[in-house]
Amino acid sequence: MGSIESSFFDIGHLDALSSKDSPIHRVDPRIKVLTTLYFIAVVISFNKYDPAGLAPLVVYPLAIMTIGNIPFAYIMKKLLIASPFVLSVALFNPILDRSPALDLGVFIVSGGFVSFASIVAKFVLTVSAGLALIACTGFDSICSALSRMYVPGAFTIQLLFLYRYIFVLGEEAARMARARTLRSFGNKGLGVGVYSSMIGQLLLRTMDRAQRIHLAMLCRGFDREIHHAAPSKIRFSDLLFLAGWSGLFTLFRLYNFPAWLGGELGRLI
Amino acid sequence: MHMADALISPAVGGVMLVATAGLTVYSARKLQEEMDDLKVPLMGVLGALVFAAQMINFTIPGTGSSGHLGGAMLLAVLLGPYAAFLTMASILTIQALFFADGGLLALGCNIFNMGFFPCFVAFPLIYKRIAPNSPDRKRILPAAMAASIIGLQLGALGVVTETFSSDISALSFKTFVLLLLPIHLVIGIVEGFVTASVVSFVTKTRPGVLKMASEPSGGKQISIKPVLITLVIIAALTGGFLSWFASANPDGLEWSIARSSVNKALESSEGRIHTLLAGVQKKIAVFPDYNFRKDKTEEPAKGENTQGKEDAWPSVSAGTSISGLLGGAMSLVLAGLIGFGIRTFQRRRTNK
Repeated sequence: MGSIESSFFDIGHLDALSSKDSPIHRVDPRIKVLTTLYFIAVVISFNKYDPAGLAPLVVYPLAIMTIGNIPFAYIMKKLLIASPFVLSVALFNPILDRSPALDLGVFIVSGGFVSFASIVAKFVLTVSAGLALIACTGFDSICSALSRMYVPGAFTIQLLFLYRYIFVLGEEAARMARARTLRSFGNKGLGVGVYSSMIGQLLLRTMDRAQRIHLAMLCRGFDREIHHAAPSKIRFSDLLFLAGWSGLFTLFRLYNFPAWLGGELGRLI
Repeated sequence: MHMADALISPAVGGVMLVATAGLTVYSARKLQEEMDDLKVPLMGVLGALVFAAQMINFTIPGTGSSGHLGGAMLLAVLLGPYAAFLTMASILTIQALFFADGGLLALGCNIFNMGFFPCFVAFPLIYKRIAPNSPDRKRILPAAMAASIIGLQLGALGVVTETFSSDISALSFKTFVLLLLPIHLVIGIVEGFVTASVVSFVTKTRPGVLKMASEPSGGKQISIKPVLITLVIIAALTGGFLSWFASANPDGLEWSIARSSVNKALESSEGRIHTLLAGVQKKIAVFPDYNFRKDKTEEPAKGENTQGKEDAWPSVSAGTSISGLLGGAMSLVLAGLIGFGIRTFQRRRTNK
């Protein structure tokens, strides 16, 4: 996950993107969450030997990112950072699965390579759609959307709390880690012993902090609920957004658009 | 080890999502009953602590590599299983949303692997047995060690089972187990050691803290049985519904088992469960025979793979392959053009 500072900078950056304004940002968060989930479900439902069928679906993250003014390069960078586990699992496919799947005239591509390509394509699509969601919506709105979609209050409050205190404790942890690095030479002092007493210290301080926060919350009349200001309403255009995109995904899923396009082109040539 | 969306099938993702949702509701109910307001901020900050602690590395002696804390066991010891499960779930959700560490549909799998096993299996069945509430520091190390190792092994096994039932990776069950479990044994030992030393540090410096955090206060018990039964029913329904929508052929699991060199015992037991599930699926499925797909000829490598490797790809021909590739490339270009069009349209509008 990289260094602490860069990780927190990252969260902050996504948050900054989400406070922009665009037609996508204005869509009700519940609608965006549902559309994204449906998109991901459609993407991963494709057969593993059908990477080409996934191609038309690129239009969704692409459209969301362009309309929502989200820099492609940034999302691509995040994709690369997140890729190692998926790639390391997918890499076994070309090695293990050597049955012929594609005949390109000159050489034959094995099923493993085809399914590798499809895993990578699915990874790119699902992750970019997820990142586009958070970059166009913002975490607070997603949490309020979740609580209005019957996710238990205890969980959404926990998400909001966690999100708020990640920055506070993250800075504290980063300071401690820097202090430890400055005081240790070579590998001395970077071991488990120092680490656990460091985390222990942080833990004790954190518990005290929790108590202070609790008192402050009680003073302000906390009643086990976090109230969101002016919850957005679902407008007609939002429903259109949901229906349009899901209709498109379903079409792409049911009809093999690339195969038809390729066939037509082949005939033309 | 975070599962990604790209490695699971919709059926697996849906079932795990439903299971996790049920557990979340159950835990939230339990917490509501405890009526302990202090736990609300405590869970929040401890989640943030684990989040921060995961980013600080320490060197592992003798190996030259470095590790970090996972945190589920520490949370369970400090907060009790229900609050720890919710906290772990929230950490994983934020990681999925902001760092793309694990996907949104795979969130169910991840929360189950890294939240359910340590909080609801390893903690009550192992940690609590070895080190019940007494502040005996000699018991903490074996308890934390055993619980962390078993929790992580179960989690890794969960990863393997979910990946394998999704039939996306070509890795056989056995190889995948051999790849993941030993790594997680090492991670578990480190995790156990760190958890034990943090817990004993806290008991040494401020003995009251642990009691305050994990003491279960009154409130009536909710039996977990109805929850489990509902979960199973909903999971079966979701699985059935999603499988008409799933691309992998219904017998993907059996097919993979036939291909992998797993021993017979596993094959029969897994096979039986699967036939049962497949039966349920067939009854519930909206399109039981997957007959809405008419494009079999265009996609050479689809469908009836049950016969085995040799005749699995009946129609590999240069024509369809090339047209498929061409079509894919063309649709990418088209999608790109649409994006480009939107951008120029926007520019023109802002320039006005």
